[in-house]
Amino acid sequence: MNKVFIVANKEFHDGLRNRWFVSITLIFAVLSLGLSYYGTVVSGSIGVASLSSTIASLASLAVFLIPLIALLVSYDSFVGEQESGTLLLLLTYPISKTQLLIGKFVGQGGIIALATLLGFGTSAALLSYQQGIENVAPAFTLFISSAILLGLSFTALAYLISLLVNEKSKAAGLALVLWFFFALVFDLALLAVLVGTEDVISQHGLTYIMLLNPADVFRLVNFAALDATDVNGVLAMTIQTSASPAQLFVTLLLWVIMPLTIANFIFKKSKI
Amino acid sequence: MKENVVTLKGAGKSYDNVDALKSIDLVLPEGEVLGLFGHNGAGKTTMMKLILGVISASEGDVSVFGVTPTSQEAWHMRSQIGYLPENVSFYEHLTGLEVLTYFTRLKGYNKQDALALLEQVGLSHAHNRQVKTYSKGMRQRLGLAQAFIGNPKLLLLDEPTVGLDPIATNEFYQTVDQLKTHGASIILCSHVLPGVEQHIDRAMILSQGKQLAIGSLADLRAQAELQVSIKPQGVNGAVVEDSILSKYWSEEQKMLLVPESAKVTVLRKLLEHEALNDVSISPATLTQLYQHYIGQEQPNHILRESKSTGGSNE
Repeated sequence: MNKVFIVANKEFHDGLRNRWFVSITLIFAVLSLGLSYYGTVVSGSIGVASLSSTIASLASLAVFLIPLIALLVSYDSFVGEQESGTLLLLLTYPISKTQLLIGKFVGQGGIIALATLLGFGTSAALLSYQQGIENVAPAFTLFISSAILLGLSFTALAYLISLLVNEKSKAAGLALVLWFFFALVFDLALLAVLVGTEDVISQHGLTYIMLLNPADVFRLVNFAALDATDVNGVLAMTIQTSASPAQLFVTLLLWVIMPLTIANFIFKKSKI
Repeated sequence: MKENVVTLKGAGKSYDNVDALKSIDLVLPEGEVLGLFGHNGAGKTTMMKLILGVISASEGDVSVFGVTPTSQEAWHMRSQIGYLPENVSFYEHLTGLEVLTYFTRLKGYNKQDALALLEQVGLSHAHNRQVKTYSKGMRQRLGLAQAFIGNPKLLLLDEPTVGLDPIATNEFYQTVDQLKTHGASIILCSHVLPGVEQHIDRAMILSQGKQLAIGSLADLRAQAELQVSIKPQGVNGAVVEDSILSKYWSEEQKMLLVPESAKVTVLRKLLEHEALNDVSISPATLTQLYQHYIGQEQPNHILRESKSTGGSNE
């Protein structure tokens, strides 16, 4: 059996066993169903919200939840095994560091991807039952696939953390800091700069800066496809000038590949 | 002729200018068991890592099965090497069988092999229990089963008997003897000195990353000039009067302390006495040897330390 597959299989089953998979899927499903059906309560009416406002609420939710969950699942992936001694043992086995890293990524990334697909897929399925699949499918395909990439990106970032520190507790702390930074601080800082200064950042420049945050790239992908009326904040400004969805997808993909490549490089250089 | 499985020539490893291991010379032929002894931090684990190819030597040459263990060619050799790290804790939430199946698959074997190995180390009754419910001894057995995957030609065992009860220790040494007769070379790292003697061919004593001694126990005893203790019974008065025997008599220990070279002469002399009804002979134990070499090292070590601070540019 292929070494990568053996590791991936083990990590995937670990994910199933410690109930990450079931919990994440349930959380996603409950939240997405809730938002799809009761999202209009805030505006004073009960009923199915418009598709674009549903996607907008789902995306604002996913942008916080998915990175957090991906980091939680994977932050101890290497540092944990290093602490227990199994990493040293594995490195004496006929498996390369790259194979081990990819194997872990496929296994744990698989958990995140499948949970995202099933969790948000349930509301997609229910909405298409009501509104017709041809209306729902394009928006949800875009949403779910970008959400999966977002999850994979933070899994790769979690590996980077896991390989940089040598204590599990430090990795956990650093993972939270990273999440806080990308999910909250980055946008707040950007907004502060925009409000506080005049014409320092052009609309174009703003889009490029937002590409430096995978969470923002995810937002851009999803909001660019929506009616501008459902979106507000910094994003509203960038939407008109933002790059094409294809370009954004490539950027998001780079946010998966780059941290993973750097993680692999660090892993290869590391002394056990 | 027997092939040399492991060869170290002046091998050393330093981390940030601290020498973890200095100029080690070792030749380990096929089917030999080497005992590796030393305090914590003496460099035992570093030496194992060098042989395993997890780290590369900062000086000297390391060769395992004729190739450098960190090189690409050494890749397929890895399934021929079994390693038991010190203090390894396996995936707690997995069952013993699941843990072992993972490792056997990575070495290219299957679940059936894992089951057979669990049987071999006496864990088949617990193979469906999670590792977190295992006792220390059971975890150690699981680690050993992992090291035995695929009948390795070279085994590196770091503290293999820690946590094992006397019966399990005995069983472990039987397995070691068995593997040895099948031609496996074994490096055994241990703190527990008594009981190891009869299972090792040679011993290496390490201290502060330096090789203090290497050789068979007989060689080491001769080298250290440690005395054999001979305890005669029924002839105590006569011994003190005897001109030859009295030289070796120790009044406090009530026994003769004889250098290896004079052993036979003393025994002949003892047998001349009619009153002798029993005699027990014990050569210097491994513990005594170890203490001898380590004790010898300490004063030297302090000297070397003061020297090296003077000439740090070397």
